Amino acid sequence: MRDMTLSMAKDNPLAATASAPNTVGGHASDTAPAQDLTGTLFPLKVKSLVFEAGGRRLIDGLDLTLQRTGTTMIMGPNGAGKSLLLRLIHGLLQPMAGMIEWGGQPPSDTLRRFQALVTQKPVLLRRSVAENIDFVLRTLGRTNADERDALLGQVGLLELRDQPARKLSGGEQQRLSLARALAINPSVLMLDEPTASLDPASVLVIEQLVNRAASRGVKVIFITHDLGQTRRLGGDVIFMHRGRVAEHTSVENFFEAPKSQAVRDFVAGRIVL
Amino acid sequence: MQDFAEAFRLAFALVLSGDADLLEIIGLSLHVSFSAMFFSCVIGLALGSFVAVARFPGRSAVIVIFNTLMGLPPVVVGLLVYLALSRAGPFGALGLLYTPAAMIIAQTILITPIIAALSRQIVEDLFNEYDEFFRSLALPMWQAMGAVLWDARYSLITVALAGFGRAVAEVGAVMIVGGNIDHLTRVMTTAIALETSKGDLALALALGIVLLAISMTVNALALSLRASAARQAYA
Repeated sequence: MRDMTLSMAKDNPLAATASAPNTVGGHASDTAPAQDLTGTLFPLKVKSLVFEAGGRRLIDGLDLTLQRTGTTMIMGPNGAGKSLLLRLIHGLLQPMAGMIEWGGQPPSDTLRRFQALVTQKPVLLRRSVAENIDFVLRTLGRTNADERDALLGQVGLLELRDQPARKLSGGEQQRLSLARALAINPSVLMLDEPTASLDPASVLVIEQLVNRAASRGVKVIFITHDLGQTRRLGGDVIFMHRGRVAEHTSVENFFEAPKSQAVRDFVAGRIVL
Repeated sequence: MQDFAEAFRLAFALVLSGDADLLEIIGLSLHVSFSAMFFSCVIGLALGSFVAVARFPGRSAVIVIFNTLMGLPPVVVGLLVYLALSRAGPFGALGLLYTPAAMIIAQTILITPIIAALSRQIVEDLFNEYDEFFRSLALPMWQAMGAVLWDARYSLITVALAGFGRAVAEVGAVMIVGGNIDHLTRVMTTAIALETSKGDLALALALGIVLLAISMTVNALALSLRASAARQAYA
């Protein structure tokens, strides 16, 4: 068994991280992403994925392969399973059947520490803006006021750092949520409709931050209903329909030469049910 | 009516004079009830937090029991503690009956379910709200619980104050296990009962006024804490 662990560790840095002993109360060094593992996390392979709830099959034998490069946009009508897919690949939900592998490994706590999730409705702690960032940095064993202020500066919230986070506007809350996600130094940044119901100025700031992260090599997986946003950010597009991937293609092909009827209808502005 | 007014006048005079007996009774009342609140918080918060986040068979039954015990009659608690601490009881050898310690035990038993039940609800609500964020961070349970308890602190302090209010105002349990012994186990509520039966309405009213003042202070504190938390958007 020991040989097997060592062999895994040699082949895959994630295995080494997973088997590393806990120190400092079993947490600080255990949770801190110490290196850029984006390369070892990919390809992300999803095969025959099934998820059911309330007697309904919400993800229905989904297959998908994601490469490391580019920003992947996920689109589709409500109820198509976009948010579920994100939570399944992030390891927050357990599928009923099928396989998910990040660089050959199933979702785990260890892998999740290299991924960050930004949700449509940000869950902010009942603390100040600064303390929301500090909390994440502290869990990673990096209590650093300069780093926190730099992150708040990036999202334009430095002057509001002492304000209660829950008193911020919707756009500001979302920017704080994104800053908190970036504090993790993630290899993968997952965003679930982060700009839904935000004004154009707030959308622009979020998109700039996402682009900046992507240009640093962070893999971005972005759920949106906004076709314009997909044009602006997307490298490839996954279109989901009724719990399956209806089409996975480049952003150019998505708009210019869609193969599936569902995508043709969606791009043409027709209602897709 | 005139007697009633006279009793009020005497009561205020007694309060303002700083009567030593009165102060002793008030001091013991606060000591017993604050101690009971402290022990109840330690036990009740731990129990409430555990039930809030743990999933185990019979969890719903435990919640029902917590909620039911919130209305525990003080005289029943007093009787049970009396039986346990009396010479023939399992803890009789400790010699605690008719001591402030027995009163603290009785009040602790009385208010622990209140603190457990209310804190369970508060912690569960907040934990559910934070759950996905914590799991996304792959946060260990102890760290997640620490964060939830810290963020719920204003609500939990209000729960503790509610427990204190219940403890300081109850008479049945402390009467049975304390015995209302002068200079030893006499607290405000038992003294009020005794002085009323003796016809000394002035002292009874004076104690009643102090009890009301304490109760009002506790409520005002709870209200201002809530308002302060809401103002800062922490609630």
